[in-house]
Amino acid sequence: MRDKTLGIIGGRVYDPANGMDGEVRDVWIRNGSVVSPEEADKSGAMIIDAAGMNVMPGGVDLHSHIAGAKVNHGRKMCPEEHASHKRDRLEGGRSGAGFTVPTPYMTGCMYAEMGYTTVMEAACAPLVARHSHEELEDMPFLDKGMLITMGNNEFLFDCIGRGEKELARDFIAWTLKAVRGYGIKVVNPGGVENWKSSRSNAGSWDSEVLGFGITPGKILETLTWAADSLGLPHGVHLHGLNLGTTESAEQTLRSIREASGRLHLTHLQFMSYGKDKKGRFANRSQELADAVNANSNVTFDVGQIVFGPATTMTSDGPFQYNLGTMTGHKWFGGDEENETGGGIVPIRYSPRNRINALQWVTGLELFLLAKDPWRVFLTTDHPNAGPFFCYPQVIRLLMDRSYRMEVLETLPESVRKRTILGEIEREYTLGEIVTITRAAPARVLGLPKKGHLGPGADGDVAIFHPGDDGRRVPKCRSGKGCRRKMDLPRWVIKEGEVIVKNGKAEGETHGKTLHVAPPFDFTVEKSIREHFSRYYTVSFDNYPVQDCYLPLEEEVPCR
Amino acid sequence: MRSLSCLAKGENEEMTEKENSRNCVLITGRTQAQTKGMHLGKTGDLYARAVSVAVMHPEMFKSMGVEAGCTLRLRTESGEISVRSESDPGLPADMVFIPMGPVANKLVGTDTGGCGMPSFKGIQVEVAPE
Amino acid sequence: MKNVDSVVCTFCGCLCDDIRVSSKDDGTIEIKGACANGKGHMEEYDPSPVSPTLRGEPVSWEKAIGEAASILRNARSPLFYGLSSTASEAQRKCVTLADSIGAVIDTTSSVCHGPTGIAMQTFGEPTCSLGEAMNRADLLLFWGCNPMVAHSRHFTRYSLMPKGRFVPEGRKGRRAVLVDVRETPSAKAVDRFLRVKQGYDYEVLSALRALVQGKRMDAGEVGGIPREELVSLAEEMKGCRYGVAFFGMGLTMTRGKDLNVGQYFSLVRDLNAHTRFSVIAMRGHGNVAGADAVLTWQTGYPFATSLAGGVPVYGPGEFTAVDMLARHEADAALIVASDPKAHFPAEAAAWLDSIPHIVIDPVFPLTAQGATVYLPGAQYGVDAEGTYYRMDGVPIRTRAFRERQRPTDEEIFDRLLEEVRR
Repeated sequence: MRDKTLGIIGGRVYDPANGMDGEVRDVWIRNGSVVSPEEADKSGAMIIDAAGMNVMPGGVDLHSHIAGAKVNHGRKMCPEEHASHKRDRLEGGRSGAGFTVPTPYMTGCMYAEMGYTTVMEAACAPLVARHSHEELEDMPFLDKGMLITMGNNEFLFDCIGRGEKELARDFIAWTLKAVRGYGIKVVNPGGVENWKSSRSNAGSWDSEVLGFGITPGKILETLTWAADSLGLPHGVHLHGLNLGTTESAEQTLRSIREASGRLHLTHLQFMSYGKDKKGRFANRSQELADAVNANSNVTFDVGQIVFGPATTMTSDGPFQYNLGTMTGHKWFGGDEENETGGGIVPIRYSPRNRINALQWVTGLELFLLAKDPWRVFLTTDHPNAGPFFCYPQVIRLLMDRSYRMEVLETLPESVRKRTILGEIEREYTLGEIVTITRAAPARVLGLPKKGHLGPGADGDVAIFHPGDDGRRVPKCRSGKGCRRKMDLPRWVIKEGEVIVKNGKAEGETHGKTLHVAPPFDFTVEKSIREHFSRYYTVSFDNYPVQDCYLPLEEEVPCR
Repeated sequence: MRSLSCLAKGENEEMTEKENSRNCVLITGRTQAQTKGMHLGKTGDLYARAVSVAVMHPEMFKSMGVEAGCTLRLRTESGEISVRSESDPGLPADMVFIPMGPVANKLVGTDTGGCGMPSFKGIQVEVAPE
Repeated sequence: MKNVDSVVCTFCGCLCDDIRVSSKDDGTIEIKGACANGKGHMEEYDPSPVSPTLRGEPVSWEKAIGEAASILRNARSPLFYGLSSTASEAQRKCVTLADSIGAVIDTTSSVCHGPTGIAMQTFGEPTCSLGEAMNRADLLLFWGCNPMVAHSRHFTRYSLMPKGRFVPEGRKGRRAVLVDVRETPSAKAVDRFLRVKQGYDYEVLSALRALVQGKRMDAGEVGGIPREELVSLAEEMKGCRYGVAFFGMGLTMTRGKDLNVGQYFSLVRDLNAHTRFSVIAMRGHGNVAGADAVLTWQTGYPFATSLAGGVPVYGPGEFTAVDMLARHEADAALIVASDPKAHFPAEAAAWLDSIPHIVIDPVFPLTAQGATVYLPGAQYGVDAEGTYYRMDGVPIRTRAFRERQRPTDEEIFDRLLEEVRR
């Protein structure tokens, strides 16, 4: 193997994990990893002159629906959406299509072209994990992983019902290893099972999960304990109860109060609603932010609304059905045996719609009221609240109060009057943005080689020239009035190789699949085999994902 | 390897108007024999035989004054074939069933109405004993 | 004697993965657990190497690939078709090849469940995996399909017979209704058969929707089915605990096509206002669901896609194979794992016969008769491993229980890509 060194010279380095906030420094990468200047082999090194530019780790997105059965159904269901958002193979590379749900090839290119190098698929049912792996194989440039939905798994429900938490823990370990997953995803625990069994849901952490004699609270408690007991790099990743309704904030606040271990609340924006004194839809972002600020074991990603089209796709079967009914839009529903449910409904967020406007305000308030940027992460729950390639617009909204106010002025007066967003002066610094888009997500995911530029880190770097902000010509239909920051990197480096130059992806290198393999008691297999033979329509022997689906991979150690 | 066209006569032969021709509706579909023939190879005899048959209700044979097993001539606006026949009381009185395959497809048109799918089921067909 | 268990049958969309194959010392194999269709599919294939042919004459692989690449390079309007009986690894390479030369790519969906895809794109699709039918369904509805013939273990392994977590009595815990134009063997196996007049499925489904929505029906019958039967079926559907509706070519191939399926999906959606109900399309071939999935994730569209202009363009009716062939719009074709000369209307098959065409198939199909180039690869599920997607989208890796002596379809595509790009 050739000894390759890359030197990024004279840039302003933003590396919050190592205490750097714009210091002019050189970054050296040798054979794919960051090294100290003394260890670099400078003779024959490729040099990038980064004078006047901002140098930061490659972006890390810890929650995005990018690959697999659900995503692909969403892609198939909305061909009308792809029409004006395509990738031309005649420009180099392969063709692609898709606006809110771009094809995997396009997704890889667009994330890289935005300066991101690591993305975590937000929710994958183990039964169809093989499909996610195949799509991820088609996704160039990025290191990736997948969170495995477990919150409505009937084997786990049986364990929890019998009080057998060790068996539950071993089953979780077995499953993560079997399907090469990265972490535990929990979606409306017990609620999806109630939807499947009796067309009902779970309104609170004390609700009964019919047929199993357990509660959502017990499910979350067991999974939280298991994640910590197994030493998983990432704690439980929770999409809680009553998403999108006025009951959401109440149950989310309770889950924060009662969290017995690490808890990551995903797309918190959708879980922060309540009712005002007149019973109208209102946001409780201040309370949520205060609760997170006070509980250091809790982290959250926002799921910020971007006005324009979106495609909602979650494992929350009842929520998706209700949204389909409310909007009258086409509705895809998907129940997966023994494991989960879900659905897809296309939607459009409009600044003139009072609810959507309130949702937009909620997300920004959460960003701005959270005190610790190490526990807040930038997402749009792609493609639920907005497309991932709109992150530069969100960054601009956080860093530039005048832009924020400009957009706020376009919202209905009733919303402007009853929220505090207009009074918030705070503007995120570049260092804080780097924290919430790279350093912090990498840390909470438990990826010690990502999100920073200290020696030993993967050589994933994004380099932006401030003069390039807003220069990318967006293909979206919401182009008018959209302002952006960090949308056009001069360079993006992945493991020491240039993958993007002047905002355009080059070549087709492939990243690795990050996965965990926590240890477990092998005797658990006997119970799992029996479970399969009774309740599954696939054979136990055919369920685990074979090595060939992960041509490039890295096992991330458990603690 | 036998070509299957020898089993279905071409469109050039004139069809004499017979008093006992019937206007029926044609559907095509899978059968066990057709599938089995496929496994053994579509160029083989079993397949050829399996897909060269028109099935009708016993009443239909009676009304035409013939027995099941005779050769029937079928014509749609897309083409014409002659095949042996069988009877099946499970069919509606005015329906003809031919297993999916190159023989049936001589009677199926290419108009998909813009959706890509030809009308493999529900074709107007004129049936008469040969 | 060697046993291989959990073998995956790749014949139909059931993708049964509990087959046992025993290889005897004399080289013969015994298939246990598969239906007659699957058994025939796995037993009758001979994995011995077969020469590719050029205009019917055996030639070397190098020559055959060279000629095939030449056809593809020189074509102005190449059409790629089929893909439903090969693995996703090969399907992906096929799309890459189509992309690199700007071909139109269509799958057997266009003459099977293409209308289902169109309906899904208009109405959505409330679906589930087969195990939900096994574990939860106390009511099954079969419309325009004949599982006993086309998906022979469907009743026994997945839907009608098996005991499930919430249906511990198995068959006795379920009611099954079948709607068709004729009384098939499947009709005899269910509890209730309703005979619909040919071409009237849409009307009957509309009536059922109205009844489910609580409207009163005045007409004495719709589509040959008496009012009382429709009323009682609507009540039965509303009153079940979890219903699963299956359907097949009886809806997609007859007058209405995608609109029929749209009504079926809408009926299932309407039922979710009262109870839980899902619908599963009875995908015919072993990996047509995979072809759907692969094309969607590589082009954005499930079938009928043109890559000619550099970007994917979707067009059922424009880029579907029967249409293109009937209008003489393809000047060369690549037919993969399918048999359009057997299954297309004669006029379309005739045009295909008249243009240069390349056929990739482990077992000599009718389409290979008169083909310019025939490339015989291995058969996934017998002597090659690859990924197949079940009718409900569950992906399973096939096993090889015979020694492979031929290139896989994936390898054939690798060679074609290399040669075309030369």
